[in-house]
Amino acid sequence: MNVSQAAATIGQSTRVGLRPLIDGWTISSILVAALVAIPIVTVIGLAFSPEENIWPHLASTVLPRYVTTTLALMVGVGIGTLFIGVGTAWIVTTCSFPGRKIFEWALLLPLAIPAYVIAFLYTDILEFAGPIQGALRELFGWVTPKDYWFPEIRSLGGAIIMMTLVLYPYVYMLARAAFLEQSLGVLEVSRTLGRGPWHAFFDVALPLARPAIVIGVSLVMMETLNDFGTVDFFAVGTLTLGVFDVWMNMNNVGGAAQIAVLMLVFVLLLIGAERFARRKQRFHHTTTRHKNLPRREVRGWFKFGAFLSCMLPLLMGFLFPVALLINGALGHFEDALGSGFLATAGNSLMLSGLAAVCALAVGVLLAYGLRLRGGNFLNAITRFASLGYAIPGAVLAIGVIIPMAWLDNSIDAIVRQEFGVSTGLILSGTIFALVFGYVVRFLALSVGAIEQSLGRITHNIDGAARTLGASPSKILMKVHLPIIRGSMLTAAILVFVDGMKELPMTVIMRPFNFETLATQVHQFAAAEQFGQAAPPALAIVATGILPVILLSLAITHSRKHLGGEGAE
Amino acid sequence: MTRVNTKINRILHGTIALGSLAVTTISDIPVAKAAEVVNLYSYRQPFLIKPFLDVFTKKTGIKVNVVFAKKGMLQRLKAEGRNTPADAVLTVDISRLSALANAELLQPIKSKVLEKNIPAQYRHPDGIWFGLTTRARIVYAHKTRVKPGEVASYEDLAKPHMKGRICTRSGKHAYNLSLLASIIAAKGEKAATDWARGVKANLARRPQGNDRAQVKAIKEGVCDVSLGNTYYMGAMATNEKKPVQKTWAAAVNVVFPGQNERGTHVNISGAAVTEHAKNKANAIKLLEFLSENFAQKMYAEQNFEYPVKAGVEWHPLVASWGKFKADTINLNEISKYRATAAKIMDRVDFDG
Repeated sequence: MNVSQAAATIGQSTRVGLRPLIDGWTISSILVAALVAIPIVTVIGLAFSPEENIWPHLASTVLPRYVTTTLALMVGVGIGTLFIGVGTAWIVTTCSFPGRKIFEWALLLPLAIPAYVIAFLYTDILEFAGPIQGALRELFGWVTPKDYWFPEIRSLGGAIIMMTLVLYPYVYMLARAAFLEQSLGVLEVSRTLGRGPWHAFFDVALPLARPAIVIGVSLVMMETLNDFGTVDFFAVGTLTLGVFDVWMNMNNVGGAAQIAVLMLVFVLLLIGAERFARRKQRFHHTTTRHKNLPRREVRGWFKFGAFLSCMLPLLMGFLFPVALLINGALGHFEDALGSGFLATAGNSLMLSGLAAVCALAVGVLLAYGLRLRGGNFLNAITRFASLGYAIPGAVLAIGVIIPMAWLDNSIDAIVRQEFGVSTGLILSGTIFALVFGYVVRFLALSVGAIEQSLGRITHNIDGAARTLGASPSKILMKVHLPIIRGSMLTAAILVFVDGMKELPMTVIMRPFNFETLATQVHQFAAAEQFGQAAPPALAIVATGILPVILLSLAITHSRKHLGGEGAE
Repeated sequence: MTRVNTKINRILHGTIALGSLAVTTISDIPVAKAAEVVNLYSYRQPFLIKPFLDVFTKKTGIKVNVVFAKKGMLQRLKAEGRNTPADAVLTVDISRLSALANAELLQPIKSKVLEKNIPAQYRHPDGIWFGLTTRARIVYAHKTRVKPGEVASYEDLAKPHMKGRICTRSGKHAYNLSLLASIIAAKGEKAATDWARGVKANLARRPQGNDRAQVKAIKEGVCDVSLGNTYYMGAMATNEKKPVQKTWAAAVNVVFPGQNERGTHVNISGAAVTEHAKNKANAIKLLEFLSENFAQKMYAEQNFEYPVKAGVEWHPLVASWGKFKADTINLNEISKYRATAAKIMDRVDFDG
């Protein structure tokens, strides 16, 4: 029996025998998860009191279309991001070709562009009046749209492409981190056992990276599900459009909540199916002897293919849209920069920054709580609290507003009764309420990133540290956090970048006279003043770039870190 | 252990520091405590209303604080209950005003000024809401491809001679739903369903984009006529930043449907005082200010709408479209059919 096995055995026995039934860490995890889950519970609660039963009407009319369109959109974006994300991650990790070092970080850049912005930009280019169709008409002498066929951008297919272009980085990022953490050892074994490079990818690397890739794809699908801006603009009838139709047009917020809950069931089934499919598999690093994957020098057509595979997503998902944005912003910088632009940008930065810090803290607490004790209850409540990401932001906002106002009004009522003064609303309509809303909305990002990273550290380490007398908190601080700090940065940056783009919650919950870059974009875009909308949109992208580059460096660094320490 | 404790302490202190940062930020936000304020929840974009709100503040010394949102305003007001900071609501479309009224979030206002300035048709009988500007839902028709008289009423849009010639935004958009609700009010649910089905059958393409995009489509030859609000014509015809839109406007005529029948469907932008307004007097002052000549002219002109107050001069461009007969049904009546209209659009699969 070697040392680590012994440590593992001891760790096992302490887990069973010596620890109290419930510890402080578990209690705080459960409390925090419950707090974050309140808005989701509220949305479900709303679903129990609809103004009228909407289902007979929906089922006999548009529901089948909503459901099939939603599924098609999710599957389409899921497959698209899976291919682009995993493919590019594998290429930049294992191949050597010109520009690889730049692609490593640049492939993340589309993350900074809101889906509704890219949808608008491409429509401008690809619609009938756009330059492309205009040039074709000129060339072939066509006059009206009836003279020729051209793919319609405002369609299900268009929506799939637009969302794939800006969402694939989630998959790319997590897949790349997973590939980087894989040791050469396992791949070498597969090669010495006579498998070719393709088999090494499909039989070894891919299954090992599967948990990370799944988290990436499920984040993508949840984001696809909660999207309103793009599907509304493209008039693609998804369940989310149905939510808003029932809510706003039929004045039935309960019925709307019911559709939102149905969407949650979709997500749960999806996640459940995947977990079931890999129910007995657990992958940990068992050796500290980490050796980086060697990069294969690719030649000829393969070199060109590798370059093109990375260049296309970057070009279409970032470079081209940004060029269009800059073009659109020309001549509008003065109006935009004049009217409190700095204050607006400051608001965006403050909100996203606070949300990133809070979501990170909550994410570490929950992910480590799960690792320490697991337990079905904590597991279930953490999964549940992470569902906020799949609920359309405006609906989730209602889930935050109602309990928070209830708390405020209850405090007010008590103070009025006891002291005869009114406290008014203490939390509602404040930055605090908004930050809480962001955490509820983006928790899946931070928990996901941290959990999958913690999951790859073998429990033997915990066991060994425990036998050396360290407490769970000390193990977290001294052992785990240094190892997973790359993933922590990932978590924080994901929340930050998504926070910069956040629109529906901010609009509904904000304080008086409060603007963020995203609300500015929305305000002008809604009034079709796209010139004025371009500078703040550009600012969102620009603010997103720096963290995204940091993110990439962190991922690369985490590998060196892992490899370096192993060698010492 | 002590080191861990120190770390935890540090984290705790950090959290508290963050918390107090949040609190200081909160206290920076103007609430009803300041000297003279009125707090506004607005469905209209800040840049549209800011110019005359500034004038209001200059004249009265009352500061106006604004939250602009389209979705969820009702739920926020409802949840905030008697402690809501909002004193007044500014909206477009009658359906939103009546949804707020039905949820009992507004209070009746008695004001001689408002009653004098705003015709009865455009305000709630009990003073629960007040219309400030109107806009007509009209037909944009291509100047040469549509012969005079080919489309004289909304009903003509559902007739076979318009097959493949109509563009419109989503049937589920508030403006189209209000139009359909006005048809339900005038002719009943059955006739309205047939109408929606007829228009759907005549569409040149799946409903998409906004009202302005439809005029663009007419210019491009996708279709010959479209439904749209009047003010888009003004916005396109005077667009210096995107001059191409002037060519869209130049391609079409403004047709006021139903001149020989019940008249053209008209909707409002309006305002109301909230049930739990803390600055009620200031809120009424704001509403009265908005109903007077100066603000009426400015408010209407800015977005090429029609002032509700009689005798207020129209923008020359708006005036050039001519006077027209408006559907005189009380808007409150139309808003009752709103949910039914949404269901009819589903039944005929208008957007599908």
